[in-house]
Amino acid sequence: MSEDTVIEAKGLTKTYGQTTAVDHITFSVGRGEIFGLLGPNGAGKTTTILMLLGLTDISGGEISVLGFSPARQPLSVKRRVGYLPDTVGFYDQLSAADNLRYTARLIGFGWNERESRIADALNRVGLSDSADKRVGTFSRGMRQRLGLAEILMKGAQIAILDEPTSGLDPHATAELLGIIRSFKSEGVSVLLSSHLLERVQSVCDRVALFSAGRIALMGSVAELGRQILGGGFVVDIEADGAGLAERLALIPGVSGVEKTGVGKLRLQADRDVRPEAAAEVVAMQGRLKFLGVQEPSLEAIYTRYFESQSGEGLKEGVRHAA
Amino acid sequence: MRREGSAFQGLGVVTLKELSDHLTSTRMRVLEWLVVLIALAALYGAVQQIKDTTAEDPFLFLRLFTTSRDPLPSFVSFLSFLVPLMAIGLGFDSVNGEHNRRTLSRILAQPIYRDALLFGKFLAGLTTLSISLITLWLLVIGIGLLLIGIPPGAEEIARSFVFLLVTIVYAGVWLALALLFSILFRSAATAALVTLGIWLLITFIWPVLAGAVAQIVVPPDPRYAALGLQTPGTAELEQILSRFSPSTLFAEVVVALLDPTTRALGPIYLSQLQGAVLGAPLPLGESVLIAWPQMVGMIATAIMLFVIGYVVFQRQEVRA
Repeated sequence: MSEDTVIEAKGLTKTYGQTTAVDHITFSVGRGEIFGLLGPNGAGKTTTILMLLGLTDISGGEISVLGFSPARQPLSVKRRVGYLPDTVGFYDQLSAADNLRYTARLIGFGWNERESRIADALNRVGLSDSADKRVGTFSRGMRQRLGLAEILMKGAQIAILDEPTSGLDPHATAELLGIIRSFKSEGVSVLLSSHLLERVQSVCDRVALFSAGRIALMGSVAELGRQILGGGFVVDIEADGAGLAERLALIPGVSGVEKTGVGKLRLQADRDVRPEAAAEVVAMQGRLKFLGVQEPSLEAIYTRYFESQSGEGLKEGVRHAA
Repeated sequence: MRREGSAFQGLGVVTLKELSDHLTSTRMRVLEWLVVLIALAALYGAVQQIKDTTAEDPFLFLRLFTTSRDPLPSFVSFLSFLVPLMAIGLGFDSVNGEHNRRTLSRILAQPIYRDALLFGKFLAGLTTLSISLITLWLLVIGIGLLLIGIPPGAEEIARSFVFLLVTIVYAGVWLALALLFSILFRSAATAALVTLGIWLLITFIWPVLAGAVAQIVVPPDPRYAALGLQTPGTAELEQILSRFSPSTLFAEVVVALLDPTTRALGPIYLSQLQGAVLGAPLPLGESVLIAWPQMVGMIATAIMLFVIGYVVFQRQEVRA
């Protein structure tokens, strides 16, 4: 295990009787990386997470989390890893701070450390004002943030988040993703699972697409886009100026120009040609109204990939994700 | 494969948290008031009865526990009825409650083992029950002192204290049963109903059933029946069967402890009584000795139920 790898799974397998929930998956997560486990419900994401935490037995394969084996050294793993379960629950009759105090005592922090850590963590997720309110009165978004506060308070080196954004409104989702990004800036690795592809695309450095217990695809969104969608960048431009299309077509790397509306053009290119395109418009003394590059969409990658697979079962899986 | 660290890490934290949950819960307050009011009623009845029929009794104080006055049952019968109810009330949602609140996976993701969670829950429940029972015991002794006006002797205090310990063990049996069903059933309502059902079966139906089964297996001898006696074989089997119920065990221990003249629990032949001074009290040690198998039986039942629950819990999936 290299210095910068925090999670390493090799041939990880989990079987329940006859059914195989997780089928020989291999992946690794680097320090400070946000790694997404994506896939439809029932594809084995949660089971993988539980195996990483030592909360369920491993049927086959190996895992190393920060150099520890979750099966043999669960306490060492759990001391360093924060976990936000799918629809996290708290003790409703206790206040937010008391819930965190209980966890802090389970972790074994002393009194002084405990109080300062709890105050800091609640402050960072924006729950300082609600610290003494009973969790029973909290909205779903607040509960999720309290879950993240618990991970912050723990000072975890790895944060494992299971479906952190499911069931949240767009505003709460944005807040939550902001906190998740701040984990990365502190060098905390994040492993998050989701079936909501769009939301996750914006935060993940790399993703693994799960399908029926296997990792179907793995890599950064851009890489997967090139691999599956045939590569290339799509640049949309809105500007006026006669003969602009012809001039843009001459930019090195541009393979096609398509008119998509009045004064609107779409460029196919093998790299990001926005700077050159802008320069051309300016050189023609045209007015540039819009210039944007389409990121390859995870949704498109996902759909395209499973369309190309002929198995009926896999298609079934895609429908679930929709 | 050896696990790292101690299985009891975090035990104290879990126990304290559960204990504070119990002690502040509305459920506990209702149960406590129920127990106190019923105990007072039984005690009042007992004191009236004792005052009416005062005879020379060296163990007058112990009569407080066992004397009844119609229509109220004695304090002890109330207790043998209420203690299981309290224990079940405290334990029926302890593990499935964590599942349903979705706190289980979050708590188990902290650096503790499942052992600590389960032990902590059991200990906290037992401590809560002990606190209530000790309070009740002190109340009874205090009120008894005030109402009868005769201080209890050392032996009476010792006997009632052993009785208190046995009651706590009895509560532990039902708590372990409730905990087991809270592990087995995901729904708290199912767990509560099943536990209460088993309690009713064991306490009220099993003693009757034991008699019926014994008569089927060992048919009564008409010669004994003609004399109005029980056939020894049938009686013996009936007793063995009925002792599978912790309620029977508790009742037998109580008789041995609180009635010092008890010489045997179960049928004995007249020949065995030869030379015995009937009605003479036994020393405490002898009484404990008589009830010792029953006490061990109750402790063993509690441990066995807990172990079954423990094994199931260790193998259970955490996810909801």
